[in-house]
Amino acid sequence: MAQKTLFEKVWERHEVVPETADTPAVLYIDLHLIHEVTTPQAFTLLREQNLKVRRPDRVLATMDHSTPTTTEEIFGRIPIRMESAAQQIHKLEDNCREFGIELLGMTHEHRGIVHIIGPELGATQPGKTIVCGDSHTATHGAFGALAFGIGTTEVGHVLATQCLLQRRPKTLAINVKGRLPAGVTAKDLILAIIGKIGVGGGTGHVIEYRGEAIEALSMDERMTVCNMSIEAGARAGMIAPDETTFAYLKGRPKAPQGAAWDKAVAEWRQLKSDPGARFDREVDIDASTLEPMITYGTHPGMVLPISASVPSKPDDAVFAKALNYMGMTPGERLIDKPINIVFVGSCTNARLSDLELAARVLKGHKVADGVRMLVVPGSQQIKHAAEALGLDKIFIEAGAEWRESGCSMCIGMNGDLAGKGQYVVSTSNRNFEGRQGQGARTLLASPATAAAAAIRGRITDPRQFL
Amino acid sequence: MAYPKNTSQSYETKPIKSVKSRTVVLPSTDIDTDQIIPARFLRTTTKEGLGKQLFADWRYDASGAPKADFVLNGSEAKGAAILVAGHNFGCGSSREHAPWALMDFGFRAVISTEIADIFRSNSLKNGLLPLVIDKATHTWLLEHPGAEVEIDLETTTLKLPDGKTVKFPIEAFARYCLLNGIDELGYLLNQDDAISRHERAYA
Repeated sequence: MAQKTLFEKVWERHEVVPETADTPAVLYIDLHLIHEVTTPQAFTLLREQNLKVRRPDRVLATMDHSTPTTTEEIFGRIPIRMESAAQQIHKLEDNCREFGIELLGMTHEHRGIVHIIGPELGATQPGKTIVCGDSHTATHGAFGALAFGIGTTEVGHVLATQCLLQRRPKTLAINVKGRLPAGVTAKDLILAIIGKIGVGGGTGHVIEYRGEAIEALSMDERMTVCNMSIEAGARAGMIAPDETTFAYLKGRPKAPQGAAWDKAVAEWRQLKSDPGARFDREVDIDASTLEPMITYGTHPGMVLPISASVPSKPDDAVFAKALNYMGMTPGERLIDKPINIVFVGSCTNARLSDLELAARVLKGHKVADGVRMLVVPGSQQIKHAAEALGLDKIFIEAGAEWRESGCSMCIGMNGDLAGKGQYVVSTSNRNFEGRQGQGARTLLASPATAAAAAIRGRITDPRQFL
Repeated sequence: MAYPKNTSQSYETKPIKSVKSRTVVLPSTDIDTDQIIPARFLRTTTKEGLGKQLFADWRYDASGAPKADFVLNGSEAKGAAILVAGHNFGCGSSREHAPWALMDFGFRAVISTEIADIFRSNSLKNGLLPLVIDKATHTWLLEHPGAEVEIDLETTTLKLPDGKTVKFPIEAFARYCLLNGIDELGYLLNQDDAISRHERAYA
């Protein structure tokens, strides 16, 4: 029998019609996550063509991107400040009501960032195909699901048919040997991987992360790694499910229960690449040599170990433009560079363990004078769990802002914004020009590095606080 | 062939055989969708009118006035339907607002040496041709902004001003749909029996 990769096993099980030279595969989608920003036009299409949602039971909706993060606005004590955001939110409410879709709306106890609540509820499961009109859908691959972002036209396709037309992507194995050293996190690992293969290095591929370092990661950490697959150009990143995966899912509201659980786990145990399975490409990386990483440019591939200095590329106009935007000079050391804002949040790093790590660094310290620190939990459940642990008090006593869940300053379309020229040490996923506000300068890093920067008001190696 | 400016109808229903135009060049590499259309313009519930926000942060100054030195503000961009961009165009988010904005501005094709997966898929569904071409031709195009070129979707060739043609790859089914003005959703809806069989077996 042919040896298969994890990706091939999941793909083939979902082929309604296999691809031919003339036509792409018709791929069945098990779970369709939707949010307020990339769906209104898809529902308009359904109405125009008089179509129904084929499987409303396979669609789960929440609101996260344009939603504010202040308690007053979320719980309706004051109107949502941005009229256009309010309109999108109300549109999603109307669309879900009309088409019979479960909505975890503004005041729902399970609302949160779409890629955080899917796993949290146990809706994300090994072997599933999962899509969402959002490129960070790759996050769910941490469970051995095939999960990828789609456009709004495709959202309409899935709503109407529960299927997508897809060409089979290539496979890329990233073999991570060794163990991450103390104080070096999953975020540092994925930033190092992107630095190595480049922001277009995964284009056309589905990545499988494997090896000792990956197996040792918690589910939260695996999600951080898979989340940023798209930042290497790959549409999906996957990790084979194992005991860590099953322990995380067991008992969650949407996970199988009782006898169905045992049957599911038996099937999930088959979801790993066979020993002789062949990948189109393989890349090796040694986790044990890594340091905390931080970006210095305008895409996630412009990343360095925190102790490094900005490189020099004299004849590269695009590089010069990026450094100019970032206010960086070749040869400049990153350590000790002054910063203005610290953002702990996003689908990359706003899970409970991320908040615990930031709080551990921050405990007993104050946010430096003149620095603003914003801590935005990834979901309402995480917010409550953090409060039960007293993390909110650590953040608030240090001088940070503690908010309701949402995408917040990762995407800067909900009122949480950085100003022109301001440096933001951010636990999010993109440092593109203007991503966190017009003219804002994003430095991507782990929650530990972010918290350490908040204490000193400068880029800081977090290991001195751990 | 003349193309109508954006209308409220679906782009997908108009057959596309070729695009002939002079080029506009944006040589930057890794142009991401946050540059193509910044996130603050995504708080919309329609597809229309996004062309004025295309490359907003590169195109306008703090007061909202067009920057004279940005190529899309120049006379050379007026009526141009083909954008030539640096390697890895359209990386980043899945926002379909990016091809909607390019289409609304008047573009009908983007040419690069690499185009990000989701952006490419979104473009094909809206009639914006994403062309990946060889490095030598790309370099020539970057060095000759305003060159009059023709994209022939039937023969999948790009014709340069000297008459030389180069082939480009394009997904076969997307090409068929574009050439014939067919909506991919119709094809999927016709798979109803196969989808039902799959659901009975697995889902």
